Amino acid sequence: MKTLTLAFTLVVAAASMVGAPAALSDIGGLESLRGLKPLDSTNNAPEMAKYQHDEAPVKRNYVQQPPVIPHAIRGYQVDLRGNKCLSCHSWDNYKEAGATKVSLTHFETRDGHALAEISPRRYFCLQCHVPQAVANPPVANRYQSTSDLNKH
Amino acid sequence: MSKQRTAILARYWQLLTRPAAIAMGLILSAGFFAGIIFWGGFNTGLEMTNREEFCIGCHEMRDNVYQELKETIHYANRSGVRATCPDCHVPKEWTYKIIRKIKASQEVWGKITGVIDTREKFLEHRGEMAAREWARMKANDSRECRNCHNFDSMDFSEQGRRGMAQHEEALASGEKTCIDCHKGIAHRLPDMANVEGWQ
Repeated sequence: MKTLTLAFTLVVAAASMVGAPAALSDIGGLESLRGLKPLDSTNNAPEMAKYQHDEAPVKRNYVQQPPVIPHAIRGYQVDLRGNKCLSCHSWDNYKEAGATKVSLTHFETRDGHALAEISPRRYFCLQCHVPQAVANPPVANRYQSTSDLNKH
Repeated sequence: MSKQRTAILARYWQLLTRPAAIAMGLILSAGFFAGIIFWGGFNTGLEMTNREEFCIGCHEMRDNVYQELKETIHYANRSGVRATCPDCHVPKEWTYKIIRKIKASQEVWGKITGVIDTREKFLEHRGEMAAREWARMKANDSRECRNCHNFDSMDFSEQGRRGMAQHEEALASGEKTCIDCHKGIAHRLPDMANVEGWQ
């Protein structure tokens, strides 16, 4: 009996060792966002999307949408020490720079009190405003704006 | 005795006033070669301090400004042309280079006394150091930028609409120079609260 148990254990152990890599790489024909690639192999990285370098302002899709950034922003510093965006978009500079000025709403605290400067909660531009790239979304989007819905 | 002494003096005087041609040639050629060696050595030494490896030999430069440079387009870009520290911070022309090098002795003193030997100290002094470089570039019409970025070779049609407008007006008229708008393009910025054109 003891010999039989030992033999059985050895056989199971051997089988599991042989089977292990096969089981790991088997994804059961399921295609995930990383493609039909076994788990233990590296998939091909998608091509990196290129940011739009210099476009005209982009139309907004809905009321209160933060307008997107139609130009490259590589190396723009926005932190405690300085805000590169404001060197063109601030109320002091927008006219000379020919840029869109920061909305008046950005000067209000969350309680609606008007400030002389950009409100700290609105200081980090890139929280809402983002640069654009031509990228094919992996999942289709059927979004319609309210103005589009009104047309039906 | 005195006659003999006079003769020695006279001979010596003659040696000094009318040296033998060979001695003359020897002195001149020795001086010539010594000149080459000293001048060459001086210039080689100077050029040695004009390399990036020398600049980042100190941890102050290596751990602060050099790390920041690595993230910018002046270090990595699509065409692989890159600027090293001296390309922007040391003039190419000899006269200006020597003036800058002499001024840099202050930086050696700063290194010895450890003015910016920690990150905190560096950040504390970043404002004044940046202001010094901005002032230098403003005063010389961004000469070091223009070593590579030649205004006459700028193709405005290849530039973005926003940049083109600025270059065509402000830069072309000489009203502004590169550094007026392009601050913080190679390193992080100090507190910009009182800097013209910011906020």
